[in-house]
Amino acid sequence: MNDAAASPIRGIEAIVVGASAGGVEALLGIFSELPNGFGLPIIAVLHLPDERRSQLAEVFARRLRIPVREAQDKQSIEPGTLYFAGPGYHLSVEQDRSLSLSQEERVHHSRPSIDFLFTSAADAYGPGLLAILLTGANQDGARGLAYVKQQHGTTVVQDPAEARVDVMPRAALALQTPDHILTLSRIGSLLVLLESSPC
Amino acid sequence: MEKSSDIELRLLIEAIYLKYSYDFRDYSGASVKRRVAHAMRQFDCATISALQERVLHDPAAFMQLLQFLTIPVSEMFRDPSHFLAIRQEVVPLLKTYPSIKIWIAGCSTGEEVYSMAILLREEGLLERTIIYATDINPASLDKAKQGIFSLENVRAYTTNYQQAGGQRSFADYYTAAYDYAIFDKTLRENVTFADHSLATDSVFSETQLISCRNVLIYFNKKLQDRAFGLFHESLCHRGFLVLGSKETLDFSGYNKHFEPLVKQERIYRKS
Repeated sequence: MNDAAASPIRGIEAIVVGASAGGVEALLGIFSELPNGFGLPIIAVLHLPDERRSQLAEVFARRLRIPVREAQDKQSIEPGTLYFAGPGYHLSVEQDRSLSLSQEERVHHSRPSIDFLFTSAADAYGPGLLAILLTGANQDGARGLAYVKQQHGTTVVQDPAEARVDVMPRAALALQTPDHILTLSRIGSLLVLLESSPC
Repeated sequence: MEKSSDIELRLLIEAIYLKYSYDFRDYSGASVKRRVAHAMRQFDCATISALQERVLHDPAAFMQLLQFLTIPVSEMFRDPSHFLAIRQEVVPLLKTYPSIKIWIAGCSTGEEVYSMAILLREEGLLERTIIYATDINPASLDKAKQGIFSLENVRAYTTNYQQAGGQRSFADYYTAAYDYAIFDKTLRENVTFADHSLATDSVFSETQLISCRNVLIYFNKKLQDRAFGLFHESLCHRGFLVLGSKETLDFSGYNKHFEPLVKQERIYRKS
């Protein structure tokens, strides 16, 4: 590797990820190398049709080596666990680093909203947050990612040339230059490196 | 060092409590912060302090702000399987009571109230039931009392009603006028709408069933526990507590005082 992702990013305490169209494959791509015992919490919003119960957590639990759960209201965030936002509710991170759900208006026609997750997580983790925005067909997440940067977090956008749908990554790039623009396989390698770098 | 905007937010919430006795101090912070930011744009205030000055000196402005701070997102027969479970699992037990009191806490604009009233009427229970429908937002309560909903929304509610085990045509319960559905006023003959805060008020009646759906998610754990305490105190022996589809007693100290009746549908019973 010859880009910035090769040098470990220190002091990361939590990872948030947003994706829309093409997101299932993209998320499987970046998480598939995560080892059993991975130490950081990951919180993800993947836009889905609003059917009441999502199978995401089950699908990913079968494919990954880390525990996967659907986020519950007022749940404490455990290290090494991947949380998915369920359909129909916004997912936020509170200052005490627990999860909370809400039903405010949709953002860019979406609930859960990536912007809401990223913004609240940036308030909770500040420089300790790594935010990753992937493939998608709308602009949700761009503002949230810019806010993460303002709060001195680290930002990553999937290389739009590789993204299955490039609207979401391009919207983020139009608003602010992220710390890294990477392919899925590079993002996967970055996550594994985080794990091995001392905080 | 705390951010200035976080200090301002805490001061605003404190000012609202001191001046108007509305207590948002133990609401979930992330959502309150977003709603205040939204209100700032609507009020054209550059800072939270400027918003505070407005609402502190102008009660009408505070009532406007209250509309942004509360979230009136609701549907009739929201989560149809929940209402089906009430019909199948709770109603047979409710029928054993000679008279029934139901508390719908945080009733917002009334969708849950009319849903419950329709269900009870179809089960022959409405005549011997008193429903207390409470909320902190007077504007929402007024709307709930009117029982007028947009016809566009009512189309979605019709699907919910059918999936919830509705026994008639949903149109039997309302009269369509222009773009609105005016609900049968006999549905609310036994409904008392009242201003009540789960954050500051106490129990006002013994009840057999309490429905509090998509209210507790806006509270932090401490305030959730206060609400669960009120519910526990109000409910009769073996009374029913029903929550929203993403709300749970699992993370509360009160989980020992309730047992799940239909866990998937968030229907609990006082142990």
